[in-house]
Amino acid sequence: MNCMLRKNVFAAACSLLLLLALPGLGQAQTLRIGLAEDPDVLDPTLARSFVGRVVFASLCDKLFDIDEKLNIIPQLATSYEWSPDNKALTLKLRQGVTFHDGEKLDAAAVKFSLERHKTMAGSNRRGELAPVASIDVVDPQTVRLNLSAPFSPLLAALADRAGMIVSPKAAQAAGDKFGAAPVCAGPFKFTERVAQDRIVLDRYANYWNKGEIHFDKLIFLPIPDATVRLANLRSGQLDLIERMAASDVPALKNDARFKLGKITEIGYQGITINVGKSELATKNPLGRDPRVREAFELALDRQAIVQVAMDGEADVGNQWVSPGNAYYAKNFPIPKRDVAKAKALLQQAGVTNPSFTLLTPTTSDAQKIAQVVQAMAKDAGFDIKIQSTEFATTLDLADKGQFEAYVLAWSGRADPDGNLYSFDACKQPLNYAGYCKPEVDELLNRSRSTRDPAQRTKIFEDIAGHVLVDRPIVYLFHRHWLWAYSSKLSGLRLVPDGLVRVQGLKAG
Amino acid sequence: MTAYLARRLLTIVPTLVFVSILIFSLQQLLPGDPAVVLAGEDRDPSVVAYLHAKLHLDEPLPVRYLYWLRGVVTGDLGESLRMQKPVLALIEEKLPVTLELALIAMLIALIIGIPAGIISAVKRNTVWDYAANVVALWGLSTPNFWLGIMLILFFSVSLGWLPASGYVSPFESLRGNLAAMIMPAFVLGNAIAAVLMRHTRSAMLQVLSSDYVRTARAKGLDERKVVLKHALRNALTPIITLGALEFGTLLSGAVLTEQVFTIPGFGKLIVDAVFNRDYAVVQGVVLFTATAYIVLNLVADLAYFAANPRLRA
Amino acid sequence: MTTATADLATASKRDETPARRAWRRLLRRRSAVFGLAVVVLFIAIALAAPLIAPFDPVQTSWSAIRKAPSAEHLFGTDEIGRDVLSRVVWGARASLLAGVVSVAISLAFGLPIGLLAGYAGGWVDGLISRITDAMLACPFLILAIALAAFLGPSLTNAMIAIGISATPIFIRLTRAQVLSVKVEEYVEAARALGSSHLNIVLRHILPNIVPPLIVQATLAIAAAVIAEASLSFLGLGQQPPAPSWGSMLNTAKNYIDNAPWMAIWPGLSIFLLVLSFNLLGDGLRDALDPRQG
Repeated sequence: MNCMLRKNVFAAACSLLLLLALPGLGQAQTLRIGLAEDPDVLDPTLARSFVGRVVFASLCDKLFDIDEKLNIIPQLATSYEWSPDNKALTLKLRQGVTFHDGEKLDAAAVKFSLERHKTMAGSNRRGELAPVASIDVVDPQTVRLNLSAPFSPLLAALADRAGMIVSPKAAQAAGDKFGAAPVCAGPFKFTERVAQDRIVLDRYANYWNKGEIHFDKLIFLPIPDATVRLANLRSGQLDLIERMAASDVPALKNDARFKLGKITEIGYQGITINVGKSELATKNPLGRDPRVREAFELALDRQAIVQVAMDGEADVGNQWVSPGNAYYAKNFPIPKRDVAKAKALLQQAGVTNPSFTLLTPTTSDAQKIAQVVQAMAKDAGFDIKIQSTEFATTLDLADKGQFEAYVLAWSGRADPDGNLYSFDACKQPLNYAGYCKPEVDELLNRSRSTRDPAQRTKIFEDIAGHVLVDRPIVYLFHRHWLWAYSSKLSGLRLVPDGLVRVQGLKAG
Repeated sequence: MTAYLARRLLTIVPTLVFVSILIFSLQQLLPGDPAVVLAGEDRDPSVVAYLHAKLHLDEPLPVRYLYWLRGVVTGDLGESLRMQKPVLALIEEKLPVTLELALIAMLIALIIGIPAGIISAVKRNTVWDYAANVVALWGLSTPNFWLGIMLILFFSVSLGWLPASGYVSPFESLRGNLAAMIMPAFVLGNAIAAVLMRHTRSAMLQVLSSDYVRTARAKGLDERKVVLKHALRNALTPIITLGALEFGTLLSGAVLTEQVFTIPGFGKLIVDAVFNRDYAVVQGVVLFTATAYIVLNLVADLAYFAANPRLRA
Repeated sequence: MTTATADLATASKRDETPARRAWRRLLRRRSAVFGLAVVVLFIAIALAAPLIAPFDPVQTSWSAIRKAPSAEHLFGTDEIGRDVLSRVVWGARASLLAGVVSVAISLAFGLPIGLLAGYAGGWVDGLISRITDAMLACPFLILAIALAAFLGPSLTNAMIAIGISATPIFIRLTRAQVLSVKVEEYVEAARALGSSHLNIVLRHILPNIVPPLIVQATLAIAAAVIAEASLSFLGLGQQPPAPSWGSMLNTAKNYIDNAPWMAIWPGLSIFLLVLSFNLLGDGLRDALDPRQG
């Protein structure tokens, strides 16, 4: 950045920016992070967006966290123990933790927070904590959660917003306005927020893990346009951006001033097919006949889709978890493109030129995927019409079953149950496909009631035997989380949930 | 004059009622269940039900309108369900930003548009006329989101002179504030410069060929003095009233410009709220800006009357 | 010039019809001629698209993704391998349609309603004027966005949305013109002679208010083309894979660094077309202005 040659005002502004960008000269170290959207309300109980979680990672500590391999690691809780019947989970809490307002974080505070998640009007955490029937304070450092039935995904839920503990004093005082000035127990405390402009957090001096925190101030700046977000990074106004556009990767790799971090997400991108949500399912051969769906999947070259639509920044997949995941069903590898077999299947099904409408939100990724899929499937005889609508409208249409196929992505949850249950169990809210099979429901419930990974793997393989054959969803790939940041930063942890963790992150 | 004023004030009320009906129905008739959109990706049924109740979505449209109207007259414009923040608070937050952007844009428009109009009129049908035309028009001829991105790439990424986007409060740093506002204000002001140029030009042409100026010329007075003193003064009135009108338009928020430059003003607020189906925000903010626009219109008309005694008859 | 020849000169000028006089005056202004020429050129390109586009605009090619301009692809290829030149040529149709049809819709609604308001006066005028004021008080783009979102994203719906949002401008303009013409002597004479209202409006009022409407319509086409591009930026205009310059710009902005040709050509085209309509409109205003002999 050459500030020297230009006239007064701009030189001054330029120098000011340079000053802000320089790492600590004994001054306050500020980290400026560019977000892809403006978060919604900053109340862990009411929060409903992914991008809010990025801010929460620095603002509100949780009972547990996950690491790069998706293992549950301690944060506010140091250890856990299941009862022999798996219906009670006892947590030991960390000693000496305080909230941003100085109050002690003890078992009573945990009980308060969890109950708030379960009972507050408008809470988005109810479903996540549904099996928790009651919470007992055993002693100031021990909490016991009593479940109505065994529920193995519970720990993963407690490693997300449902496990975020808020200060009872502040929450009671603020009521449902808590989100305007949240008080939690994370490394940074809330200072100010200007909607659609910035969120400013300042270091909490008494954070339990303060040795790992190397910044004094965090500023989150939501910049929805990816080009502008990257421009901000390149001109020095931001130190780190999330969700960089895949097409910008090659140019950034050649720029020594910046580094790139990437990891495969825990979510997926797929095409949901209406197999039973409404009458449209029976009217269209795609929804009616599993052979047509199989032919559709065989007409697709996933690698080419990834290359063209995502510039190679995704891992091909055919299941709700990526091939690298421990719970990937190995008995169902990714099928190769086979146009001949696809055509044969269509012949068998009696429809050589099936036609259907692909509902596509107007986001650029979805648009590219739809166009590529349209062109590919044509080779097998599919005539696909693309219906682009605004995201809000696609949700409405999907809800009513007014679609035949729908390009839909899911941000993913640490436990595979989070990528499966809501989509494939009968009448669940995210089951846009309208898929309903009692055997699958039974298997899903069994996968939730056992904690043994080997057993669960076997059950997931059985579920795959149904879901991947019936194909209510054709999974395409798993995107890469792409972070671009200044070379001065080091210690960025690449966790598949896509969040930015400040512990260990330092400049210089 | 007072009769005119009273008549005009009376017409404001039905206009505002129509504005409220228009913007309310445009929002509420948008496809999609706002509760579902606002409920986020988990789509928890209890959240959807909760939002349904808050938005009175089970009641018929006219009833919902009356709920909203009741709030408006008591000063409660509702709240943003996405951010759990009252609409009035959001307006308070964004108004200074939008006002500042509008003012700087107007300034730029005046600096570009009026001289261009004068040159175009005085040097009519010459190269200068043509050049002034293109200079003023090119802003109107390029999509402003496009111009914005080009400017960012050139001035921020390549040259590093200006911040790529965002807003800095003038209380925090006046220089930073101006540096952040200059590009978006330029993009906005460009388009208005064209309109100002046109009006300046035609007003100037009118006056230049009038008897008044011809007499002054015949008397042998200095050409430039004639132009500046007489022609400009007479041409100023329509320009001022037009300026007030365009300012009103600017107040409504430069929708795309704010989106590209991430300026937290009204435009960005409204657009995001439309896509998030955050009804109260759109309704409240548009009603506010529409009222401001109508009032500004009235002020402009009164100024026009005041400056032109001939029209008062 | 002697008075005789001066009289002869003015006499021959007096004999020509207003239309011819306007045409002659238009041609005198070089910028207007340039504008007209470019507009005609683009219309010709749009009409001849099937003949002059080298490739099918929606034909994808996985091997030719974001290739720089070359002999085969004069304008390069886009993010899924389509030829940019062909898309620009075919896109002329969408952009021109967006401009012309939107304004046609505005005129189709605005002209009759404005005529009614101006001529009828009274409570009819009052009602129409209040509704028009209300629509004008709402930001144009917000109205268009809400309408386009309501109707669903597509080029047709974008045109309807822009057309309806711009209608109040034409209502107001028509009404103002009618008000000033209504009190002219020839109108009063016609009324005294017992002509029906419809007759008066169609034969006496309408022809005299056409010139400013033509000017406004031309300028509105320019604004409508930009409006379509703006709606496409937000995902509400022409939907893929069909090309329109606005949606091409919207996609291209993500690839400015590695494939600038995707943006340069549609951007340049929009700029030229809109500039030309603006220049033409300004020229028409000068040419049709009765005050400038």
